[in-house]
Amino acid sequence: MHNEAILPSGTMTAHRPPGVVISAANLTKTYGDVAAVDGITFSVPAGESFGLLGPNGAGKSTTMKMIGGVTRRTSGNLSIMGLDPDTHGPEVRAHLGVVPQQDNLDEELRVRDNLLVYGRYFGLPMSYLKPKADELLEFAQLTDKAKSKVDALSGGMKRRLTIARSLINEPRILLLDEPTTGLDPQARHILWDRLFRLKEQGVTLILTTHYMDEAEQLCDRLIVVDKGRIMAEGSPAQLIREHSTREVVELRFGSERNAAIASRLEGIGDRLEVLPDRVLMYAHDGESALEQVSARGLRPLTSLVRRSSLEDVFLRLTGRSLVD
Amino acid sequence: MTEPLAAPQPALRAHRPEISAAKARRWGAFYYAEQVLRVMKGYSWSIVMYSVGQPVAYLFAMGVGLATLVDSGNAAFGGVSYLAFIAPALLVSAAVMTAANEFTFPVMDGFKWRRIYYGPHASPLTPQQIAAGQIMAVTLRLLLQSAIYFAAVALFGASPSGWGWAGILVATLTGLAFGLPLMAYSASITEDKGQFALVMRFIVMPLFLFSGTFFPLENLPPAVRWVGWISPIWHGTELGRVLSFGYHEAPLLTILHIAVLGGLAALGWLLTRRRFALRMGQ
Repeated sequence: MHNEAILPSGTMTAHRPPGVVISAANLTKTYGDVAAVDGITFSVPAGESFGLLGPNGAGKSTTMKMIGGVTRRTSGNLSIMGLDPDTHGPEVRAHLGVVPQQDNLDEELRVRDNLLVYGRYFGLPMSYLKPKADELLEFAQLTDKAKSKVDALSGGMKRRLTIARSLINEPRILLLDEPTTGLDPQARHILWDRLFRLKEQGVTLILTTHYMDEAEQLCDRLIVVDKGRIMAEGSPAQLIREHSTREVVELRFGSERNAAIASRLEGIGDRLEVLPDRVLMYAHDGESALEQVSARGLRPLTSLVRRSSLEDVFLRLTGRSLVD
Repeated sequence: MTEPLAAPQPALRAHRPEISAAKARRWGAFYYAEQVLRVMKGYSWSIVMYSVGQPVAYLFAMGVGLATLVDSGNAAFGGVSYLAFIAPALLVSAAVMTAANEFTFPVMDGFKWRRIYYGPHASPLTPQQIAAGQIMAVTLRLLLQSAIYFAAVALFGASPSGWGWAGILVATLTGLAFGLPLMAYSASITEDKGQFALVMRFIVMPLFLFSGTFFPLENLPPAVRWVGWISPIWHGTELGRVLSFGYHEAPLLTILHIAVLGGLAALGWLLTRRRFALRMGQ
């Protein structure tokens, strides 16, 4: 075959640490004067499920587009499978499966044809694509929709079709930008289950999300991103351990009174966070903290003891909530 | 000795990413053209009806209706019937109108409405290949449509010379000469404010009417003749007439027609490539 001959020389021999599939160093993207991504550094080993958690506008999608080889970086280094996406765009993209934030399926084509057409972009022959498309429709639980037009699908089905499409070239790295945003809870759980299966097959997952439960479900490790910078890095459990307490007591005294009563809660637990609608009390033992609140003669309208989550980590790190 | 194992089921495997990338680098534009043609196949019935119905309607109205009022012996028509005089112009104009549709709304659909381009953009294809693929598919449609149109012209007996069929190529080239600069413009639009409707009304229609289509350009007052000179439709029409019935014009002018049409198409293609690369590389 002449295939090798057209590849730029050196492509396949690029150096990278064993096992690392993505590495970014001081990765920066500016639009005019605004730094959407402001010098972030991370690396992802093969098979890991790696998340970028942050609010809207944190620079997650821009980072994903740079990894995906569709947006050029302003500065810094980036390598995917040892390749620089700026110089080896097609080679980098051939390694990836991409699930964009907004579905961009071919609505005029039928469900199965969407998979076939997409596979052709990778030069895959129909003898492979036809059985593969059927296999992926099965995986995405869309077999009975194979001949439907795309615009007849529900939001969750479209999302699953987009994921099926991204797998047509059997990528070992899957990029998912906000995979479940806008889906109802049931559709989200079906999607998480599918993604978990891919993870079990050893596919490296890179996903952005602003849902902490999604990050906790799917990510082995994540970076918390805000305003284009990395605020913290670690496994979900690690991040909670380092930046929050084991439990949290949520107290509501009524919108007007939360702030006023907060001063009378001083000394209970490790830390207080006063939000407009509630007071968060961080403590190792939530129940005993709650008893101390009653002992001071305070009667909240509602109270709830729960485990710390990544939401608390984010609040601690940035002083803001994830979802406004 | 161990028993030979039963032949394993051949596993379904994609070829390696390196091969995907190499194939896409070489054939990417064709892969995208394939997609556009597949989408067109979805409305092939209306494409065929349009391609057949339009020439039949025009040729009948102009050639049978209007022609009875027009003096066919008029020297201004190059010594042929009125129908033979306008047939090359109708052929070219039809291609331009199709190009005006294919290089506007679908481009907006690709970048903005349904963001169709961003699917292949994440695959090994490049923005330039996506543009080229769409251009190739539309070129094919123009060729097919013009061939049907020419068949109708021939049936009406409106193509006296043996070279009339080359009008199919002229019409396609004219479609591209008008359509590709328009495609570059379409790719630059970020907000839809009805620009395409304006293009149809204030560019395509006047060019159609004042490009020597229904009467020689010389019949227009000198003040508006320039519309014809800058119009791809005029250059295509005149070139078509030379081929169809040996219309008399200076050979240099014939070369100029080809140069203008080729030049506009090439310029449009270059600008389109640049626009696509810029817009998708942000």
